[in-house]
Amino acid sequence: MSQSLFGKVWDAHAVKTLSNGQTQLLIGTHLIHEVTSPQAFGMLRDLNLKVAYPHRTFATVDHIVPTDQRQEPFADPLADAMIRELRRNCEETGVTFFDLPSGKQGIVHVVGPEQGITQPGTTIACGDSHTSTHGAFGAIAFGIGTTQIRDLLATQTMALAKLKVRRINVNGELHPGVYAKDVILHIIQKLGVKGGTGFAYEYGGSVFDNFSMEERMTVCNMSIEGGARVGYVNPDEKTFEYLKGRPYSPSGDEWDAAVKRWRSFASDPDCEYDDVVEFDGANIAPTVTWGINPEQAISVVESVPTVEGSAEKEKALVAEALEYMKLPAGAPIKGTKVDICFIGSCTNGRLSDFEEVAKYLEGQKVAEGIKAIAVPGSQVVDLICREKGLHTVFENAGFEWRGAGCSMCLAMNPDKLIGDQLSASSSNRNFKGRQGSPTGRTVLMSPVMVAAAAIKGEIADAREVFGVGELANV
Amino acid sequence: MALEKITQVRGKGVYVAGNEIDTDRIIPARFMKCVTFNGLGEYLFYDVRKNEDGSDKEHPLNDSRFSDATILLSGENFGCGSSREHAPQALYRYGFRGIVAESYAEIFFGNCTTLGIPCFCATKEDIRTMAAAIEADPSLEITLDVENERIRFGDQNLTAVVRESARMALSGGKWDMIGELAEGESEIAKVVAGLPYMAP
Repeated sequence: MSQSLFGKVWDAHAVKTLSNGQTQLLIGTHLIHEVTSPQAFGMLRDLNLKVAYPHRTFATVDHIVPTDQRQEPFADPLADAMIRELRRNCEETGVTFFDLPSGKQGIVHVVGPEQGITQPGTTIACGDSHTSTHGAFGAIAFGIGTTQIRDLLATQTMALAKLKVRRINVNGELHPGVYAKDVILHIIQKLGVKGGTGFAYEYGGSVFDNFSMEERMTVCNMSIEGGARVGYVNPDEKTFEYLKGRPYSPSGDEWDAAVKRWRSFASDPDCEYDDVVEFDGANIAPTVTWGINPEQAISVVESVPTVEGSAEKEKALVAEALEYMKLPAGAPIKGTKVDICFIGSCTNGRLSDFEEVAKYLEGQKVAEGIKAIAVPGSQVVDLICREKGLHTVFENAGFEWRGAGCSMCLAMNPDKLIGDQLSASSSNRNFKGRQGSPTGRTVLMSPVMVAAAAIKGEIADAREVFGVGELANV
Repeated sequence: MALEKITQVRGKGVYVAGNEIDTDRIIPARFMKCVTFNGLGEYLFYDVRKNEDGSDKEHPLNDSRFSDATILLSGENFGCGSSREHAPQALYRYGFRGIVAESYAEIFFGNCTTLGIPCFCATKEDIRTMAAAIEADPSLEITLDVENERIRFGDQNLTAVVRESARMALSGGKWDMIGELAEGESEIAKVVAGLPYMAP
């Protein structure tokens, strides 16, 4: 019977049906970080259980790491206690830790792929909702809670109910200046923040075929913002090319066997999906959020909605968002004054994000009074950017170039908004208070759009600011 | 490991109105700097409950009439956003033992079930009816009947939905699966042996 990748990977990892009707699923690759794992290790100790497969859990530290003053002990004693606790847990249990001095530390969803740990046809879980990122490789990757982290540490399995699969095709061609970030913001805007509940999203079509692995990661990363716990792209030559030669990738004779196996997990061409949705890539514009969830998004040339003009069931949320964001209803979003510009995060903190922005930053200057920060997603990304001289391009333009971590995406470290500052951000959530101030405001957009906002001091159309289209046509 | 069979939850209710109440709202990220879940209840809904100087804002959880509520009512897509178990843990440690909402985010729903917190789905109208009854009489006792998927209070007897896998897990005393997962040791080893990437 023909099957989707989701079905094949699920079957290959199903241990048995549990008495509550759920499936006991083997999770081959377990990733952990300092925020959601310490309590799980504590539960394990309380139950006198051991880590069953320590070689299949990998740790890094990302959320609480300062991006400027990185010497230990950290100034924040709570952050310092968290990194020490993770270090202790890894040492005691034999789990590999990409610690600060390793040169490999970074955001867990950047580290996994770049180390070659993320592989097609595997199951991956991490106590972090953006684990869906790893689906870009044709893996089934779940965000989980801390009790499930305990279950994984103790048994390498967890209890799960099977998801339905929705195929999302994006065909046609993207216009110049339209990026992977715009594609996922557009999908969420159309299908809604809870449209994906109960589904795994399988992304395909010519736009995804043409995307690089890092672009695929950007889209899969934000699946959860559309309610889908899992998002993936079928593995292809690009996937294999990306993985070849990575530290944890198979090598030698094992490589060919692995590629053959990986290829076999791709969805069969005639497989049936629970739902299919089509988008035309040509209809997607540079997209920005205006509200307090990622569905509240518009094209950069559009105006902020009005309560009166919104659908009846949306009215209350639109009113709440307008009040919080302090944006005039009905006014163009372009020209909105910004305070902080942030390029980084597990959504857009990879090498190609900085390369793309650097193309346009040469000779430009960040507008007066704007604080702009660029935060590589990992120490490896940082190193490559430095080798290529990209960090100097950012610094010459007036950006601060920081050390690797989650930074301002969620403000569990010193990078935070103050008061009602408005942030142009390449991250993934624009929830109230997300960036560290209870009244702070977040506008999500692609990294190049963040750079345009930094140069103009206001939300701007990067195509106009940088002539993105013209450059792309060269 | 014998777990309590959660067939019903009884208690007083409180209505926290709104759709898309996300996990950053339930527990702001800055309070997640901890290595245990102890004490998280204190920071539940912190930024919507407290002013920056620490004084109280107007919020149902700051209303003394609802101070001993154990059942939380809300709107659509409750618990969206992060996978942080800190959110259900904060609700649990604050004292909530059951939730009634129009719908839930997937990961949040699973995390609640694992902690033994039943999440009931009810219609907007029924939630409004419940909220009005609670407002009229905050001491009203509500029964969330997990097994029969009913919500009872006063002379009302409403239909609600508890997703089947959660209902079986809660009412069967199998909401925390660690014991059963661990029993499958040899079956796990068999699956592991068939997967080349699991080799040491």
